[in-house]
Amino acid sequence: MNLGTQGRAALLLTATAGLFALGLSIGSTGWSPLTAADDSLRQILWDIRAPRTVGAWLAGALLALAGAIGQGLFRNPLADPYLLGSSAGASLGLAVMLFFVGISPASTALALRVGMTGSAFIGSVAAVMLTLALARGVEQTLRLLLAGVIVGVVLGSGTALLTLINLDVMRTMQSFMLGSTGFLGWNSVLVLCAALAVAGPMALGCSRGLDALSLGEATARTLGVRLTLLRLLLIAAMSLSTAAAVAQCGLVAFVGLVAPHLVRSWGSVTHGALLLLAPLTGGTLLLTADVAARWIIAPQELPVGTVTALLGGSYLLWLMHRRGLPLGRRR
Amino acid sequence: MTMTRRLLVAPLLALSALAQAAPITLKDDRGATVTLPGVPQRVVSLLPSLTETVCELGDCAKLVGVDRFSNFPERAQKLPKLGGLEDTAVEALAALKPDVVLLGVSARIIDRLESLGLKVIALEPKRMADVQRVIGTLGQVLDRPDDARRLWNRIDGHITQSAATLPPAARGLTVYYEVDSAPYAAGAASFMGEILTRLGARNIVPPELGPFPKLNPEFIVRADPQVIMVGQRSAPGLPQRPGWAALRAVKNQRLCVWVPAESDVLVRPGPRMSEAAALMARCLRQAAAGPVPLPTDAFTAPPGGMR
Repeated sequence: MNLGTQGRAALLLTATAGLFALGLSIGSTGWSPLTAADDSLRQILWDIRAPRTVGAWLAGALLALAGAIGQGLFRNPLADPYLLGSSAGASLGLAVMLFFVGISPASTALALRVGMTGSAFIGSVAAVMLTLALARGVEQTLRLLLAGVIVGVVLGSGTALLTLINLDVMRTMQSFMLGSTGFLGWNSVLVLCAALAVAGPMALGCSRGLDALSLGEATARTLGVRLTLLRLLLIAAMSLSTAAAVAQCGLVAFVGLVAPHLVRSWGSVTHGALLLLAPLTGGTLLLTADVAARWIIAPQELPVGTVTALLGGSYLLWLMHRRGLPLGRRR
Repeated sequence: MTMTRRLLVAPLLALSALAQAAPITLKDDRGATVTLPGVPQRVVSLLPSLTETVCELGDCAKLVGVDRFSNFPERAQKLPKLGGLEDTAVEALAALKPDVVLLGVSARIIDRLESLGLKVIALEPKRMADVQRVIGTLGQVLDRPDDARRLWNRIDGHITQSAATLPPAARGLTVYYEVDSAPYAAGAASFMGEILTRLGARNIVPPELGPFPKLNPEFIVRADPQVIMVGQRSAPGLPQRPGWAALRAVKNQRLCVWVPAESDVLVRPGPRMSEAAALMARCLRQAAAGPVPLPTDAFTAPPGGMR
């Protein structure tokens, strides 16, 4: 199967359309199709299922976009959206916010004003800033990666500490860390849409630079790529899309890592195509996971992050053994 | 100590040892058989509900240390705090030289304490029947079997009484009890759910789903409960959740919001269960009469509590 980029995009969009219909038909009782809608169900469809379905897709797309950017920028197939500390920052932001709830009326009011999504978003962006500061800019890839790891570990331990001394929030923190699409409303969809509208074109605009970069830094420079600017733009796009997705859905695992690999497994692509196809794949993957998470043990829910890991991981493993991905191929 | 004094003291010691010499053997909730040489005089409790039970049985004075969440009765607040079940301060605990340590089955510290030669009794009060059993076991440990029986009868009687005093309009209301905003519910199989059932309320979460299931929010919207019970920590964002503004409980202001002190009572499967029943009964009574007033105080809960 070696379709062109357009063919693949068309396939993914068809799958997405099918999943949208499925997403609207799967609720707390399992299968409850659109056609059987009475008034109360119509409201549930519009207020809950529709934004949840669209939001899950958008969040998956954003994570996959961030993953594709990361893998291209760092020329590392293991890069994922959380590489520069985004996830650790988001968790810490949330943990700090929850910590301030209840200390005093003023701090409670402030914390509730910032809100869960706000604090996670701020934390996520701040963590990337911290990583950039620690790496003293974006000139050295290795330094960036190391700083990202350090920020991740340090902020992670801060989160653990705050959670441990404030055990009431344990369950909230846990469901955040496992990812959750349950409370996506139309506001969330708007935010996710805006992030994708900004980050997507930014990344696509840099795709030629990424292609050049895949030949090595020196070559890219001789080809006239302004590396510092490229990196800054791409890191901005990556951290914006990650922060938006993570703030709305929690730390959904694996979508960002696996979606670009899936795209590559269908045939080699330029970065322009990858940055277009990976979000479509990521959206499809997270939406599939969301539908499965609410269907399998309805009316209870599985944490969506565990489903993405299971789905994406097993599919990638299957592909790896069947076709010999570049990752596993003997050189 | 001089020789004469030692001679004088020795028979006294022997006498007191004789008085409590009857060893107590019992099976705890791990299924382990524990033998105590006598009635323990120094007790450490690492679970708030167990602390409360020991005190209700009249042996509060025997407590020498508690976990950081044990904040009731007042006496417990003055005792040395030994951390929680996951991060117990082993050294401080051992230094207290307790005759017995009471804790939950899931405590990581059990093996460590036993290897230090301490007697450990692990108890797991989860549902109403467990509370009855745990009170019985503690009655055995503290050699107060009659007090234990009386305590359980009192709790049980109070719950029955709370139920009996409810007006007919307050019975049969459908209730969603939220434990956490994920949303986790207290189902009919939880002990909160059991109390609700005894009060005649209809829990929207059936027992098949387990005690504290993580639900699809749509489930709650479809069930459209008449009353929602929720802790003050999760309450602020609740009406803004997608689709929740249309719920009967939200529209008609039938939201019972527990302040932290009430949450403490409601989440602990212990002797204050009867108080929990009274709180829930108050909520149902108010909900049957009209809009339920929200707490007037802003939410204050210093981190470290379990609410």
